Amino acid sequence: MTDSNNQMTGAEIVLRALKDNGVEHVFGYPGGAVLPIYDEIFQQDDIEHILVRHEQGAGHAAEGYARSTGKVGVMLVTSGPGATNAVTPLQDALMDSVPLVCLSGQVPTTLIGSDAFQECDTVGITRPCTKHNWLVKDVNELAGIIHEAFRIAQTGRPGPVVVDIPKDVQFATGTYTPLGETPVNKSYKPKMQGDLNAIQAAVELMASAKRPVLYTGGGVVNSGPEASRLLRELVELTNFPITSTLMGLGAYPASGKNWLGMLGMHGSYEANMAMHDCDVMVCIGARFDDRITGRLNAFSPNSRKIHVDIDPSSINKNVRVDIPILGDVGHVLEDMVRLWRALPKKPEKSQTQEWHESIDRWRARNSFAFKPSNDVIMPQHAIQRLYELSKGRETYVTTEVGQHQMWAAQFFGFEAPNRWMTSGGLGTMGYGLPAAIGVQVAHPDALVIDIAGDASIQMCIQEMSCAIQYNLPVKIFILNNQYMGMVRQWQQLLHGNRLSNSYTEAMPDFVKLAEAYGAIGMYCDDPKELDEKIEEMIAVKKPVIFDCRVANLANCFPMIPSGKAHNEMLLPDEATDEAVASAIDAKGRQLV
Amino acid sequence: MNAHQQPTGSAYFITPETAKAENHTLSVLVSNEPGVLARVIGLFSGRGYNIESLTVSETEHEAHLSRITIVTRGTPAVLEQIKAQLERIVPVHRVVDLTVRAQSLGQERPIEREVALIKVVGSGEHRAETLRLADAFQAKVVDATVEHFILEITGKSSKIDQFVAILKPLGLIEICRTGIAAMNRGPQGM
Repeated sequence: MTDSNNQMTGAEIVLRALKDNGVEHVFGYPGGAVLPIYDEIFQQDDIEHILVRHEQGAGHAAEGYARSTGKVGVMLVTSGPGATNAVTPLQDALMDSVPLVCLSGQVPTTLIGSDAFQECDTVGITRPCTKHNWLVKDVNELAGIIHEAFRIAQTGRPGPVVVDIPKDVQFATGTYTPLGETPVNKSYKPKMQGDLNAIQAAVELMASAKRPVLYTGGGVVNSGPEASRLLRELVELTNFPITSTLMGLGAYPASGKNWLGMLGMHGSYEANMAMHDCDVMVCIGARFDDRITGRLNAFSPNSRKIHVDIDPSSINKNVRVDIPILGDVGHVLEDMVRLWRALPKKPEKSQTQEWHESIDRWRARNSFAFKPSNDVIMPQHAIQRLYELSKGRETYVTTEVGQHQMWAAQFFGFEAPNRWMTSGGLGTMGYGLPAAIGVQVAHPDALVIDIAGDASIQMCIQEMSCAIQYNLPVKIFILNNQYMGMVRQWQQLLHGNRLSNSYTEAMPDFVKLAEAYGAIGMYCDDPKELDEKIEEMIAVKKPVIFDCRVANLANCFPMIPSGKAHNEMLLPDEATDEAVASAIDAKGRQLV
Repeated sequence: MNAHQQPTGSAYFITPETAKAENHTLSVLVSNEPGVLARVIGLFSGRGYNIESLTVSETEHEAHLSRITIVTRGTPAVLEQIKAQLERIVPVHRVVDLTVRAQSLGQERPIEREVALIKVVGSGEHRAETLRLADAFQAKVVDATVEHFILEITGKSSKIDQFVAILKPLGLIEICRTGIAAMNRGPQGM
């Protein structure tokens, strides 16, 4: 660094601020407007830069890194197209509450507004897809803004932030302000502790419940491992059945006896029926998303609802609740567990006995059942085998978006939080491979599997090159049905089986594609060979693309058709062609 | 401005809203920094909320605070959501629904005032009538030639609406209105 008394260039300030905020890895792609920062990266060893092949990949990799570690993910992109390519992962991180700091280069301040080469209004474009963003015009404010960016990204409801740094600010010399000595936005004060009176009322309501259910979400995972531990303790204490959104899988173990499976559009029958028929619903760190609620005016009509959330705007947004508790899930659960223990009279076991019997009956319906086959690999079977054969390892799973994602959520059991990375809110095809790369960077010795579809994987396939460069042995397990399966499923449901553009013509040879990148390519279309090949894939210490050919026309069930309620699920054994074609009425057709 | 019936982006909001939409006046205290107004109005357009009136100006120079007054329209649930969404914006310090506050104080509405500049061009009896009306509405003449007047009027929006309507046949050719500035009655601050 140029000077010991905190005088340095903007580019040096960036590196110093990243280091002071505990950053070890940055995912990025260089370009004209960030060259001074790249020059500093070249001259130091504390922070490793992972070169992606497209800025979208940098963002998803940083998301995977963040969600598997609980740390902030960092991406670095150049101005103009670098910044616009970052928009998809920024919105993805916003919807799934992932802490992400995106540093972007900008044209020099003197050129801003002149339509300069690779100029775009980065703060304008990213304003609605970030929690907050900054354009830094004075090098002396740079350090403070980066520190504040990290604080805002990871506190409260986590989310993405952008710091846009013009090139002349990167070259200019200014003062580095150490962490903790910079001004903070006084208007930003997330509330961590829940209101004790509300929590007491919630605990009393829970104790009176005859048909309780816990409905948990990504907020539990985001709150940290302690929140998951407390959740398990609460389930143990109350013996309440528990379901989770797609984002919250792993916070409560899939092997736990109170586990109902995921809820929502492709959730289990028992989870959705429990949500519909319950008398007390305890929502913890979830947001009553439309994939979860189904038809709103038929959503859990007879329950009183408790909602724990750190974001006030999530409370009473889609569903009115009876007891809102504003605060961090971990803090609130701690109080909840304590107050439950302090109850003068715990509910008798008999109070919820009938409820547990109902749940057992729904469970016996076996709603994830599928017709096994000896001739073709059923996609559900492939996930089941992948799960069984990877048990006992430190396994992380990412997915792309579509049928394979839902099957992964249904059939892969997660025992711990931070092991499951998927694009839930935005539904970004192309998320899985770069996310897996980010996970593998953070956990070099773990088994990292991207469960993919043949269409999704092609959206960020270029990141194979990144995996090879950094020796990241990610396993891409493609459930290849040669369709955009979920698009096709909806066309069957809604559009008279007219499969408009959902069949993928000219599919690449994935084995050769893997080899072209320098990875291992594998192929399997025989159920009898599946186990052996999966074991071989797991054993390889290199990136693998596994082209798993599955039954082409399998569909994802059970399903709550659009516009229907939780108790109107379409179950796999009832889903005949006719039932599928007439499942959604005219009103439901308008929905997404 | 549009999308009266869409409370959020959820695809499942197909059931028609049964609650009645109301006009509310919100006071939003924000850090006076670049882009803060864009954050606030971007929220309204992005989430399909209405803006009936908007005013903004720095109110405390040393503290770098600006006050934005927004008149918006929605059902009580939507209004509650608008307030929560505004509070999520990092440089937003406080959001007060002045209409709710007024009602809790037993008043019908907060004090709401608007300034308008109105240019009237005409001759003869129209000019005399314009001046008589200006006097009746307590509007001031702030500029004039033998052909025109510019009138300045302060008051409730409804009063200005009425004044404008009456002036129309008398040669009104241009209007500029500030939008509403608002405050609750009584000794308590925001």
